[in-house]
Formats: sequence, structure tokens, C-alpha cells
Amino acid sequence: MAEKEDNGIEKPRVGVFICHCGSNIGGLIDCKKLAEYAGTLPDVVHFEDNLYTCSENGLNAIKNAIKEHDLNRVVVASCTPRTHEPLFRECIAEEGLNEYLFNFVNIRDQCTWVHMKDPEGAYAKAQDLVRMGAAKATKLEALEKVSVDINPAALVIGGGVAGMSAALNLNNQGFTTHLIEKEDQLGGRLRSLHKLFPHDLDAATLLNEIKGNVEKASNLTLYTSATLKEVDGFVGNYDVVIDQGGSEVKLTVGAIIVAVGASLFVPKDLYGYDGRTRVTQQELETKMKNNDINANNVIMIQCVGSRNDERPYCSSVCCMTALTNALIIKEKDPNTNVTILFRDLYTPGTDYEETYRKAREKGVLFIRYSLEREPVVEEDHVKVYNEYIGEEMIVPYDLLVLSTPLIANDDNKALAQLLKVPLEANKFFLEAHVKLRPNDFATDGVFIGGAAKWPVDITEAITQGYAAASRASTILSHESIEVEGATSHLPELNKSLCTGCEVCIKVCPYKAIIKNEDDEIEIIQAVCKGCGVCGATCSQQAIVIRHFTNEQILSEIYAYGGRAV
Amino acid sequence: MSFEPKILGFLCNWCSYAGADLAGVSRIQYPPNMRVIRVMCSGRVDPMFIFQALQQGIDGVFVMGCHPGDCHYLEGNYEAEKKFDMTVKFLKMIDLDNRIRLDWVSASEGVRFGQVVSDFIDHIRELGPSPVSGENPDENLLIKLMAMEVAAGTDRMRALVGRERKLIEEENAYGELVPEEKFNEIFDSAIHDEYIRARILLSLNKDPKSVKDLALEIEIDPSEILENILILKGRAQVDMQEIVGITPIYMRT
Ligand code: FES
Repeated sequence: MAEKEDNGIEKPRVGVFICHCGSNIGGLIDCKKLAEYAGTLPDVVHFEDNLYTCSENGLNAIKNAIKEHDLNRVVVASCTPRTHEPLFRECIAEEGLNEYLFNFVNIRDQCTWVHMKDPEGAYAKAQDLVRMGAAKATKLEALEKVSVDINPAALVIGGGVAGMSAALNLNNQGFTTHLIEKEDQLGGRLRSLHKLFPHDLDAATLLNEIKGNVEKASNLTLYTSATLKEVDGFVGNYDVVIDQGGSEVKLTVGAIIVAVGASLFVPKDLYGYDGRTRVTQQELETKMKNNDINANNVIMIQCVGSRNDERPYCSSVCCMTALTNALIIKEKDPNTNVTILFRDLYTPGTDYEETYRKAREKGVLFIRYSLEREPVVEEDHVKVYNEYIGEEMIVPYDLLVLSTPLIANDDNKALAQLLKVPLEANKFFLEAHVKLRPNDFATDGVFIGGAAKWPVDITEAITQGYAAASRASTILSHESIEVEGATSHLPELNKSLCTGCEVCIKVCPYKAIIKNEDDEIEIIQAVCKGCGVCGATCSQQAIVIRHFTNEQILSEIYAYGGRAV
Repeated sequence: MSFEPKILGFLCNWCSYAGADLAGVSRIQYPPNMRVIRVMCSGRVDPMFIFQALQQGIDGVFVMGCHPGDCHYLEGNYEAEKKFDMTVKFLKMIDLDNRIRLDWVSASEGVRFGQVVSDFIDHIRELGPSPVSGENPDENLLIKLMAMEVAAGTDRMRALVGRERKLIEEENAYGELVPEEKFNEIFDSAIHDEYIRARILLSLNKDPKSVKDLALEIEIDPSEILENILILKGRAQVDMQEIVGITPIYMRT
């Protein structure tokens, strides 16, 4: 066993592993020399360099060194903790070390890869980083993850196609599911659609089928005209209050899915929109459903109110909507002239591209305009500068259709605040990570799917509904789960320092800090996400941010600065 | 040999650190002067860290977080900004404020990460070595830095910064908003007072002194020293040791 220091705390025995990462690191700096340098640092009792520390061999080397040299801290200098920290944590845990006794030093992504023309500078930097990393390692403490019980029930917010898909999926897995919809009926945007691309499936048919399944579902409770009023608690244990037409319903759920969809932008003041002969695609579809189109010349304008300064994004569904509707018009009466004024046409994948080709075959006319010279709509014709031929054209119309984008719902902000989840610049909901966690929020137990996060078509909305449900089920299927140990903490010893100023309560974004019945500050570890703001704010410096303690961060600063303190 | 600035960067895990990784993946090249300390959120950056880094003789400190509105923890970067602004206000007194910088870099801004780091390195290179760096640091400035750290660490300053956003953007206990100018006034005078008090405390830590000696050392009016000594007495941090002739000598409690 490692010897104890006078104060009974185990003396740090640090092992440092320098990864060559093939030639990614080793090709620029001398990893052997760097490892030897690490060996000269305080409390480092073992050092080595590995071709790939993350390989089977590398991981075994770590495990052997832990046994052989009685290591109680491990430092790996290699790529980035954002991808490889979990692997190394697991590795040392397998050898019986607490996973938080591991420290990562980034000498590839933030060193050799970005200083390729300066090997000396890169080496000097790597030396400093290893010294700082080893210094922090000596201060690391073992942490316990907390276990929380999971309520195997879910709340799905939004009864559109994404929300219904998510709810059905959870229901089918046997979880108690609550689905709330703010309108008085299910369906969301699917209700206003006519035919669904790419195969012209009838929107009403699909909606009825899904709705029927929701009604039949045995574990699923539906609340219409209902909104979320209050949320409290944390993963596995969310206490929610639903407002259903003025009366309250209280539920406890383990996970929450946000599937509130999006709204359609109404182009008031644009291109003479009047809702009669100058309409949106959605209004066109209503007309189609009612068999209420008798026009000889139809013009569609794309990107109305999108891909501009105000709304820089592409709404992703409008090109296909226009093509589908144009084809329907053409198929009904091939003599109707249909002209699409576009800036760029996006038809990804074979099916969608095929729709475009078909539209051309059927004689739909495409004219490209630019943002700088937008079409001008007159009483019965449109003047458009044709980018391809470099000439202004006059196209007559008796029905003008404006392809407007999906925009974020007005009430997104209020919902985001209730759930403590972020919105992006256009007020859509923002996922935890675009690639690694596309259907999660950073808040554990809250998930996202469908057009709430970004304009998507029906196919994608369904896929994302399932994705969100499957993410939620990774929590709901457990009786209990472990949550992060690196959280904020008010140590027993520091409690007397607390003056009850409550600044910590004010700055905590997650309501993780409360005043308990004894009038004491209490930090609910299961709710805390470990951002550390309360620690940097606490007026008495009584709060400790585990794994990023003042002492640990200062040790890095001192190791870099090099002055005795 | 040309001056190679020693720079420390605090990067939040979710945006700027990820942006730095992306710069690597994209092989964006920038000078190697900055060493990085990873924190989960820019809001974790306690002003104490910056004062300590400067006292270590580090030439420049760069704090980076997610763009406003993008913080992984919702609003940590706004809190970071408040703390940073306070730090700047202190450092202005000794002209070191241009050695620290706060900027936002998203996870997708690898190129921008390289740019802002290069810019900052150039900027510090132009400023030259920190006056408290190297073998012969300016001791007087070091004392001032130390005093600023103490002042920024007082519960008064910390509570003020911690409440700033709520007070200006929401409301106080009486249900009223504090106008920003009013708050700034309170804030600036707090900075000034706490700094003087910290200077007094640090000086008395070494040995007991008279008001006059303190005034000479700190280079402010004796009446202001006396005023603050009385407050420090009230906080039980300072006491009178003896009276020499007719001059009271003060000491730390
Ligand atoms: S996580 Fe980046 S600033 Fe908060």
C-alpha cells in the first residue's frame, strides 16, 4: 500500500504516460525525452512512452504500472479528454483506482497538430502542460458518483408527429407515457399538410393511423389543450405540473421529451401576401385538399423570409414542398403553367432528386433569382431578374405561392426556462452536442426530437421522435442510475463559513442549490451539473467545485508560473 | 533573443476547448505560447485565478467561453463576464488590464480559435514582458496585485458581482430594479475602498504602522486611511496597538 503522509492522506504516486499517437505526436516531439522529463517532476514515480496509449498494449501498460509501482494517480498525455477520457478512466477503474484519479494532458490536438512548424516550441509547451497536468494530478481526489432511483414514466411535450412517434415508442416498450398537446387535438403541423413527399402519401391517412395507435396505446395517457406549468426535480424524478384547461395535473416522471415542433412563418408585408391569390404553401395545400384551385398560371417563390440576414437558415422542407405541390398541380392539369423562382434548390438523396427531375420533365419552369435582386410582385405578374440569362423576365400569375420557412414557436423561450435548457440563435432548442448527443439536452433526463430543434420533414420528425424515445429509454429502463461525481459541494467543515447570503442560489442555473428546512444551504448533487459558477461566486469561498477545486486549478497555475508560493 | 510571451488560457470544456481541439483536427497553425487550463464553464474562472497568474509573472491571461446564449450551462458565460469586468476594473488601476482578455469561441470555430489566440499573443508581444515577470519583478506592483486579489476576494465584492445581473436585470428584495449607472457607482466605489483596505491589511501584516506611514506607503490621503482603518476596526481586522507620543499605531488583529 502507498505510504500515508502525516495527515493520513495517501501520498500521491503519479504515473505519467506519454503517447506518441503513431507519428501524430511522436513525429514532431521527442516523446521519450518528454517521459523522462515527467520522471523528474514531484511525486511522479513512474513514466513511460507508448506508441498508442489507448491501444490494448497501452492500456495494459497502465494497468501493469498501477500494480507494479503502486500508482494512485495516472496522467496520460495524448489527444483530448473530450474523446478519450472515458476510456482511460475506465481503464484505471478496472485496476481498482477511483476513476477521478486520472488526469488528461492534451499534447496532440492543442499542441503537435497546431505547432507543426515549431517543434521546439511544441516541445516546450508539452513540457509545461505535462508539468501542470502532473501537478493537478497530485491534488486529485477520489469522488463517488451518486445513485438516483428512476421513475419508469415519461412525459412527451407536443402531440405532433415527432411527439406521437416518441410517445408510441415508449408506450410500446412498456413505459408509462404522458403525452401533452397544447391544441385541442393531436397532429401538429401534419394536420395542415396535404400530400407528403417523396411518395405523395396522404397526410390525413398517416395522421389517422398514428392517432389511432395513440388512442389504442395501453400505457399512454393523452392530455389535449394542456401545457407544462411547472417542473422540479432531476433525472429520474421530475415532478411536473400540467395545466389542462385551467385544472392542474401532477405527475412524476423519469424523463421528459421536448417535441413541440415549429411554426410556419407568415409573410405579412412580403410580396403582397393576402392569403387569397397570394398564399403560403400551407394555404395552397388547404386549397388542394378542398379542390379549390383553378389557376392557369402558378408562380412559387422560394426562400421567402429565409436565408437572409434576419433568418439566415435554410428551412430544409420548402424546396421539396414546392416541387411536390407543383407536380400535383401539373398532374391534375398539364396545361397549368407552374414557375418556381428559386435561389438554390436543395433535394438531397435519390427520392428527392427524382422529384426534382420529374418536375422538370413535366414542364415546371425554374428561374433562378438572387438575394440582391429579389422578384417584384405586381398585380398579375412578377418581374424577375433571371440570373442565368442575365435578363429581366415578366411572368404572369393568377396564383402566387410563397414558400416560407418554419420558425421557432413563440413559447419556446418560456418552455426552455421551465426546463432549464438552451435555445440557439433562431430560438430553436439546442441539443447537448450536434454529433455526440444530437437528441439530448445537457440536462440529464431531458431529450429533444423533431422540428423543435430544427426544421425537419415528416420522415425526419418520426425518426427523431424514435431517437428521442430511445435515448429516454436508456434511462427509464434502469431502476437507478449514477450521476456525475464532479459536482459542487459544501463540505461539512465549510458550513460554518456560510453566511446565508444566497448568491449561490441566485447564480445556479439548475436550482441545484436550496435552503433546506434547517435554513442551511444544501447542494443537491443529482441536480448539479458541475459548471462551477457557484464556487467562483460564493462570497465566503465556502463552496468546493469537485475535480476543479481552487487548489487543483491553482496548482496548475503555479506549475506553469513556477514561482514559489 | 526576442520576447516570447508566457500566456495562460482558461477554456470552457464545451465550446472554446472544443474549438481548440477543432483547430487541431483542422491543422490550423498558431504560435505555441499559450498553456491551457480546462474548466467546465468560463463561469468557473474565479478572479483569484487571474490575479494569481499575474503574480506568477505570466504575461497574459486569456479567458474563453461559449458565445453569449450558447453556454452549456445556460448563463455561465454571463457570470464569467461580470467577474472578468471586475478584474479589469481592478487591473486598470495599475495598467495591467490590457494583459487579460475575454472572448467567445464556439466548438465549430477552429479557425477563429487560432486567430484570436494569435492576436492575443501578438498583442502581448507588443506590450512586452509583464512588469512583474522575470528575475526582478516590480515588487511594488506585486503588492498592489496581491491587494487586488484580497479586495476582489472580500465577501462584499464577491456578493456584489454575484448579484450584479439579478440586481440590474431583475429586481432587488424590494421589487425594484437598480439602474445600471447607479450600480456601477456603488461598484466602483466598492472597488476603490476594498482595494485601499486590502493595502492597509497587507501592510499591517508585516508590521504595525501609523496612519501617516500607511498614507505614505499607499500614496493616498491620510484622512482616507483613517476612515478605512475605522471600518477595518469595525470588521475586527485591525486594532490599535499603542500610542507613541500622540500617534496611534495600528496592527492586525
Ligand atoms: S460552458 Fe462554455 S461558457 Fe459555460
